Amino acid sequence: MSAAPSSQPEPASPSAPVPAPLPDTLDVSARVPLLALFLSAAGWLLIGSVFALIASIKFHAPGFLAGSGWLTYGRIYPVSTNLFLYGFCVQAGLGVALWLLGRLGQTTLAQLWLVGVGGFLWNLGVIAGVLGVLDRASTGFEHLEMPGYAAMIMFLGYVLLALCGVLTFHQRKLRELYASQWFLFTALFWFPWIYSTANLLLVTFPVRGVVQSILDWWYSQNLQVVWLGLVGLAIVFYFIPKLSDRELHSRYLAVLVFWMLVLLGPWGGIPNSAPVPAWLPVASTISAVLLVTALIAVALNVYRTIGCVALAAPGNPSLSFTLFAVAAFIIAGLMRAFGGLLDSTQELQFTWFATARSQLHACGFFAMAVFGAVYWILPRIIGLEFPWPKLVRAHFWVAAVGITLLVLPLAIGGIVQALQLQKPNIPFTTIANTGLTFLRVSTIGDLLLLCGHLIFLGNLISLALKFYSVPARAAYMAATADLFKTVEAKS
Amino acid sequence: MNYGPLLFLGAFFALAASWFGFVLTPQIQLGQLQQTNTVPAGVIYPLGRPGFAREGLEVYRANGCAYCHSQQVGQTGTTCNVVLDQPGTNPPALIEAILKVVPLESQSRARELLTGLPKPVLEGLGKEAADAAAKTLSVDGAKASVWIVPAGPDIARGWAKRRTVAEDFLFDSPVMLGARRIGPDLANVGVRLPDARWHLRHLYAPRAEVKGSVMPPYGFLFERRRIERARSPDALDLPPVAAPEPGYEIVPTREARALAAYLVSLQADAPLFVAPLTVPAPVTPEGTNAAPGSAAATNALATNSPAR
Repeated sequence: MSAAPSSQPEPASPSAPVPAPLPDTLDVSARVPLLALFLSAAGWLLIGSVFALIASIKFHAPGFLAGSGWLTYGRIYPVSTNLFLYGFCVQAGLGVALWLLGRLGQTTLAQLWLVGVGGFLWNLGVIAGVLGVLDRASTGFEHLEMPGYAAMIMFLGYVLLALCGVLTFHQRKLRELYASQWFLFTALFWFPWIYSTANLLLVTFPVRGVVQSILDWWYSQNLQVVWLGLVGLAIVFYFIPKLSDRELHSRYLAVLVFWMLVLLGPWGGIPNSAPVPAWLPVASTISAVLLVTALIAVALNVYRTIGCVALAAPGNPSLSFTLFAVAAFIIAGLMRAFGGLLDSTQELQFTWFATARSQLHACGFFAMAVFGAVYWILPRIIGLEFPWPKLVRAHFWVAAVGITLLVLPLAIGGIVQALQLQKPNIPFTTIANTGLTFLRVSTIGDLLLLCGHLIFLGNLISLALKFYSVPARAAYMAATADLFKTVEAKS
Repeated sequence: MNYGPLLFLGAFFALAASWFGFVLTPQIQLGQLQQTNTVPAGVIYPLGRPGFAREGLEVYRANGCAYCHSQQVGQTGTTCNVVLDQPGTNPPALIEAILKVVPLESQSRARELLTGLPKPVLEGLGKEAADAAAKTLSVDGAKASVWIVPAGPDIARGWAKRRTVAEDFLFDSPVMLGARRIGPDLANVGVRLPDARWHLRHLYAPRAEVKGSVMPPYGFLFERRRIERARSPDALDLPPVAAPEPGYEIVPTREARALAAYLVSLQADAPLFVAPLTVPAPVTPEGTNAAPGSAAATNALATNSPAR
């Protein structure tokens, strides 16, 4: 291997016995499939945020691009959320998860062809699903809009990707488990369970009446809170100690967070005014409030690990991303708990406040954690530093300001709207337009996020180009061409 | 616990628990839900949507209307109104009784209450207080009844008469309750706006019908045609701001008409056991048999109105 990774020997698990120096092959072997996963995730992220921006602009001028059906708000908005969730979050999350499972188990990724084929199928499914939604084949269930045929392809792709993760986990050399492995191993199984249940009971053999909505809420909650939470927190618990060069404060607190998340997380997400038996929204609120203990445990663990000094001035951009993710995770969780608790007139859940909360969780927590991880992982598996390190920093600041400008106006606007909705003498058009004033500020946030995602993709592409321009390229390609042909074609 | 299989079992148990709670239990509770009867009329509810409205549900789904419109009306509680139905034979005694239960300053104000019955005398009471007041008012043949009135900001806004319940969506698939109110709630829009032609005009040019509307126009559901011999009977009667140039007409496609039929069919206001409310006895206009108040565009829609 000509391009040797620059990774120094690193202890996989601070609390575990100090492992032997890592063989170079660990990082190098998986470079092409992982790079392909990250590049296609970044591509979907960019395309998704273009759709999100168009959807946002429609609030400035309702007539904008209103002439053709496939560009109507009700189609491009779900496309933007689906591209973000499935194109970016799940794909990039899986990429990071596979790398972490290999690294923490001190082993190479097992059966790399699974990653290539799985990634290809997953992306094929995303393309089919997005085209389906644009061509009015949406299932009508939020976060599960992609039609059945696309879901089937994606499911298959996920299973192959997860299989690689499970096999890697199984062949780990370091038997003792680090906290992040708990999160990741569980996440691998979690998605196929919920995705198949939701698709079978909503699309293939639909249940009757409002049970459909309950199932959809259950699925959304499991995907957004539990799956994104598991993978995002695995990243946090690995990278915070790693990047600040300290040991994780408490392994037990991390395990507590794990059990809180898997035991309480799925019992949420049903809004207060839903026309369902009353115990369902009550259970949701209770679960959201109890999850506050998990938030406290995360905050405590991170703070005790990293200390005040590094918290104020993180030296590494990846650490900045991860710390931002932790803050967003905690704030979004508090918004979920207190939004449900204080919403006695059941109006807040319908406003932009709910959008702000889920955006903060998805973009502020999960995406930022993944950015930080990818910026750390890629130089190591490729063996080169990013050509323009300043652009990595720039991405952090653009994304951080963008998320703040996206979430803050929406949250405030939502509260104002909820207060107005309680007064029946204020006409609804007035309320809608009040909300729009805030939404229009948040469009700037959308625009900045788009810029951030452009920088992200640019950084990844520049690194890939730098890598492939290395003279050893030809030799490397010849050695692995038959193995990675499918993946190469995509990237 | 450092073993994969144990971790797997633990996670499986956690997810299975939530599956039992949030998938299986609701399915047992609601999955076999049957039609119910309205209270007290005893009419079967809900009736399935007519075929054309069901086609409209597909248009609603395909174009993602549910991302801006919820179909769930909330209710914070139920209050009682005391309504005076008949004055009876002894007005002075009744006025005295009214003064006992209603804080009025003079007898003349109480006398005003006796004109134009039935009329609410007291509003927003609890059940016991309302029953007691109704009893006090029932002197010498006077009749007072207690009306159940759902309360809450959504209902005060006039979006619905009661909260939405599981029965309202019994025959819909997919059920699209919506999560945001970028636009108004639509659970009961067919009662508020029963005219399918209004919905068509509104879909084509929202701002021409509702000032300050933020809804995008759905021009792609309509056809702009040159008028050949005579104007199509389906062509929209648009206000001047939205009208096409002379010689042209705007004709709704089948999709648009189906969507309008679906919107008109959204009428979740039947009084049910789970969501009680009192509705006034039907006042049939003399000499006609017509259903009250509805100017629906097709025959199918009228059959769908829940009994009132």
